[in-house]
Amino acid sequence: MIIKSLDPRITRAGIDDESKDGIQQPMDQWHTYEVFQQKKRGTHHVHVGSLHAPDAELAVLFAKEQYARRGQCVNLWVVKTSDVFATEYEDEDIFTTTPEKKYREPEVYKVMDRIQAFKAKQNS
Amino acid sequence: MYGNAYVENTGNINSLTAGEDPVKLAEFEARIAAGEKIEPQDWMPKEYRRQLIRMIEQHAHSEIIGSLPEGTWITRAPGFRRKLALMAKVQDEVGHAQLLYSACETLGKSREDMINDLINGKSKYSNIFNYPAETWADSAVIAWLVDAGAIINQLTNSKGSYGPYCRALDRICAEESFHLKYGHDNVVFLATGTPKQRQMVQEALHRWWPPLMHFFGPSDKISQHTETLMKWKVKMASNDDMRQQFLDMYVPKIWDLGLTVPDPNLKKNETTGKWEYTEPDWEEFKRVINGDGPCNKERLAVRRMAEEKGRWVRNAILKKDAQYVAPLA
Ligand SMILES: [Fe+2]
Ligand SMILES: [Fe+2]
Repeated sequence: MIIKSLDPRITRAGIDDESKDGIQQPMDQWHTYEVFQQKKRGTHHVHVGSLHAPDAELAVLFAKEQYARRGQCVNLWVVKTSDVFATEYEDEDIFTTTPEKKYREPEVYKVMDRIQAFKAKQNS
Repeated sequence: MYGNAYVENTGNINSLTAGEDPVKLAEFEARIAAGEKIEPQDWMPKEYRRQLIRMIEQHAHSEIIGSLPEGTWITRAPGFRRKLALMAKVQDEVGHAQLLYSACETLGKSREDMINDLINGKSKYSNIFNYPAETWADSAVIAWLVDAGAIINQLTNSKGSYGPYCRALDRICAEESFHLKYGHDNVVFLATGTPKQRQMVQEALHRWWPPLMHFFGPSDKISQHTETLMKWKVKMASNDDMRQQFLDMYVPKIWDLGLTVPDPNLKKNETTGKWEYTEPDWEEFKRVINGDGPCNKERLAVRRMAEEKGRWVRNAILKKDAQYVAPLA
């Protein structure tokens, strides 16, 4: 049956509702790219999501449409997802600062006690 | 809705956790209880993955199909400014679908599989889009009240446990505020206009009220199943709670314009603080969601035509070396 719609354009298109058209072929998806957006000069590029594109140039074009259509962007990077080498969440503990590495933290450096003691001794 | 207004596809599984490693399951549940997000690379129960794929995929399809009833009004929108605004809204909705397809892909279902399942009728989408937008006033009511319902659902789900879905929803919610204000503006314009315009918007509201009451789905059955999905933060609120929130926020705004809804029993019970209403016709809901609604065939046929007519463009820019990998996050 040909689709009859309230929208005259759809009726005019003469679409057969029994058709099996439109099924995707395996290669329709292209690459995936990860998108990084810089909101204004001077700030970091931040990962905002991903998209499908056949190459980097079109990925930038799609990224502009998808992630930057309301301004608030001065620069975009796209990176092929397959080129991202990432750590595993399973190994999250590699980032834990162990107690014996406290010398990396600013707050372990406390000199006031020593200065006060020194001054007190000088004045005595 | 997207997330909850569908007939649940639970198969014949007895328990959502059957066969899972108890140690890993306990770690997973502790992480969620502590308010942490689950990322694609993390271990997750099979049923968590399956339920999320089903939910996010249906949400993505709803965005795509949902843009059709409104999209038909672009060429006939009254005035250039409204035409531009409606085009922008429809583009947003299609963009929402893209964000959601990407989020769903991180769980292991490819985008072409999802699109195929939509076209061949295997996957569902929000039932409300199986109804026609008869007049311009219908498109106004959709943009205001259907989007209002969607926002309640999406804000609720954005507090869920799956990282990529939450991040997509955060972006989506930011754009929805424009849809809501644009829709309200259109409804107010008609409701405060000529008697003919007022009549148009009143009739549209009467047409859309029953599907709006269906929007969040039937009351949840209290079951182990629902409890587990709530514990896993896949389901974030009961369908009835979201419907109450919708009524509470929007019925006063409808009445404020002197418009009515076709339910004489609708009123807020001041003692309980809950809205009382005539129970929606859930038989109709089931019939329509299973294919027998006024626009089911048209929606899928139009989607199929779009895929078919766009194929030469996709093929023209296809690179031979293109290798699909799932998105990262
Ligand atoms: Fe949307
Ligand atoms: Fe919307």
